[in-house]
Amino acid sequence: MTPHLIIALAVLLLPLVSFIFLIFFGKRLTKISGHIGTTFLGIDLLLAIYLFFAKLYDTAASWDFTFSWIDFHTTLNNIPLKLDIGIMVDNLTAAMLVVVTTVSALVHLFSLAYMKDDVRYSRYYSFLGLFTFSMLGIVLTNNYFMMYAFWELVGVSSYLLIGHWYEKKSAADAGKKAFIVNRVGDFGFLVGIMIVWMQFSTTTFSGIFGAIGGGKIPFGSDTWLTIAGLLIFCGAVGKSAQFPLHVWLPDAMEGPTPVSALIHAATMVAAGVYLVARTFPILTADALVIIAYTGAITAFIAATIAIVQNDIKKILAYSTISQLGYMVMGLGVGAFTSGVFHLVTHAAFKAGLFLGSGSVIYAMHNALHHVNDHHTDAQDVRSMGGLKKKMPITFWTMLMFTLAISGVPLTSGFLSKDEILAGTLSFAHFTGHSAIPFIGFFVAGLTAFYMFRMLILTFFGDHHDAHRAEHLHESPWVMTVPLIVFAVLSFFAWYSFNPIGAKDGWFYAKITTPHVVVPEHIAATPTEEFLEEVHHQHNLTMLISVGVAGFGILMAFVIYYWKKISADALEKALKSVHTFLYRKWYFDELYDATVVAGTIGLAKVLAWFDAKIIDGIVNGAGSITKITSVISGKFDTYVVDGLVNFTAYFAGLFGLIFRKIQTGKVQTYILFAVVGMMVFVVLFGM
Amino acid sequence: MEITLTHFLLISAVLFSLGVFAVITRRNAIMVLMGIELILNSANINFLAFSRYGGMNIEGQMAAIFVIILAAAEAAVALAIVLNIYKRFNTVNVDEISILKD
Repeated sequence: MTPHLIIALAVLLLPLVSFIFLIFFGKRLTKISGHIGTTFLGIDLLLAIYLFFAKLYDTAASWDFTFSWIDFHTTLNNIPLKLDIGIMVDNLTAAMLVVVTTVSALVHLFSLAYMKDDVRYSRYYSFLGLFTFSMLGIVLTNNYFMMYAFWELVGVSSYLLIGHWYEKKSAADAGKKAFIVNRVGDFGFLVGIMIVWMQFSTTTFSGIFGAIGGGKIPFGSDTWLTIAGLLIFCGAVGKSAQFPLHVWLPDAMEGPTPVSALIHAATMVAAGVYLVARTFPILTADALVIIAYTGAITAFIAATIAIVQNDIKKILAYSTISQLGYMVMGLGVGAFTSGVFHLVTHAAFKAGLFLGSGSVIYAMHNALHHVNDHHTDAQDVRSMGGLKKKMPITFWTMLMFTLAISGVPLTSGFLSKDEILAGTLSFAHFTGHSAIPFIGFFVAGLTAFYMFRMLILTFFGDHHDAHRAEHLHESPWVMTVPLIVFAVLSFFAWYSFNPIGAKDGWFYAKITTPHVVVPEHIAATPTEEFLEEVHHQHNLTMLISVGVAGFGILMAFVIYYWKKISADALEKALKSVHTFLYRKWYFDELYDATVVAGTIGLAKVLAWFDAKIIDGIVNGAGSITKITSVISGKFDTYVVDGLVNFTAYFAGLFGLIFRKIQTGKVQTYILFAVVGMMVFVVLFGM
Repeated sequence: MEITLTHFLLISAVLFSLGVFAVITRRNAIMVLMGIELILNSANINFLAFSRYGGMNIEGQMAAIFVIILAAAEAAVALAIVLNIYKRFNTVNVDEISILKD
């Protein structure tokens, strides 16, 4: 193991140490526990950054460390059957490590103020550590087996953090929902892992890719390779909140806002996209088309819902789903680097958006508290407005994030989104699926519209309540510093010095599309051809995307700032559409009516079966035993005991008779003997 | 009249019967012991008679002497038992000593 891999292990284990330390000593440390957790993550971040640069300047493709955990000492398909685990650092991993630790460290810092009055402060910090550890595990592992373990750890820690305020029923339900919906996707993932393990006797990425590259495909069938890829993708559908398993994510807003930032930017939803990126070399053309459509549909549905939501966190939640749809779509169309790039840039501005909304909610909450208003919802954008003057740092950073997510030039979001859109155009050029770029551009416009709607409603306009406004203050420095950091990271120059050409930046130079190992006749368009076409489409893409984003922003200003078109009138005119979107396409209702009701119905049938049939059988068996035992008891009392008693009585009777001749007088006995002898003499002697 | 084996045996039988009668009917343990002596002596008469008439020769006389020795020993032991019985029950009346019954 090289020193660099030891550092990688340290990056992985530091949050775990933080978790273990705080879970045991947190209660005693009380408020210090936050500072301890933050310190751990700070060190973790520094190590990750060091590792990142070390990897980037290293010529090796990856640093790998594998050891045989379990050796079954047998063979399957003539390959030794064993379970190898290990860690691997390549450029993708190094970049992800920095993303995860950056977001996590800043969320730790932010929470120092945001969570300061929480009753379970140290527990909160310990679970943040667990969450970070799990995500780092997913990123660092070199095999599906370990990845699945960490995958489930992410599920558990998300459950714990979403349900942090478990006294609230909605929070407890949201935690359960997130966990259960994720399990649905994870089941597919598990089956996918089983297929590859059964076929290749290994779960390491290099082993699987090597076997498929060597011409060995699961069950010797092209279709099975597609199925295996899609089953693994199922895991990503759950974790990355893709249609149709996206329903858990908006509910996860019940958790504390910094947790939302962590989930949405770095630790949970990113896992799904990362999984697709890791699995990319074995995805067939068919699988990629399905993945691309899944992403596109997700992006579209979520964007339409985000337009009409009023809860600031819900808007951001749907925007996350929509952006995740983008990433998955990007990977699906074959624009590997762009999808991952969007994951990285999105992590910065989405974490910023959430922390910014946290800052707003914090201020609103305090102000409402001061004026003794317990009815107004601190998260409703309609009750905000005019916060620009009161919270300048929050406003300017939020503006930066909103510009980035809308894809306005000079931001990081512009770079990555453009590349994905160019990728979709290239994809349409090669495969004829022109719906994908169409959805992509349409959603880009929607994104700009709803994000600016949120920004305008929150920060512009007038105060709703002058009295309340007096109590609105900018948040403390521990909350604004993370915002500023993320705002700076949302600037284009970090990724490419060319504001309109992401290709010129280090990201595209270092994180390249991995070598696709799928047999040629079922593989997607070769990377070189694809990227060549992307290059051709680039200028056109830029033109359209800036156009639609500008139009979206303009419409937001027209409707919500200048109020040229009344939002209320629009809502009335499109009442049915508005209701449909406001009810989130009735997905929750649909699932409640089908899956949930079905499960409950099945549970009821089974409960009835249990209560009537199983219990009936058990009780019947009990009754029969009871009756048998009663009969047996009677038999015992009367027949067996009767026999025993009769024997004793019989013996007693004879005893009574024979007692008479047992006089105890020796002379009597002699007399008997003599008489007896005389009888014998008479009988036999004569 | 020639005295034959039959006469001896008759005497012996009478003696034996008297002995048994004494053993069965006497209340006093000492008397019971004396009955036993009679029985033993009737046996001795038989031995001597068979020694004279029956061809047992010297063995018959030896057995008789042996029985006498045995009778002496038996009398010693039996009297010791009677003494112990007297110590224990304060009587030598065999009718009153019936704890064997229990």
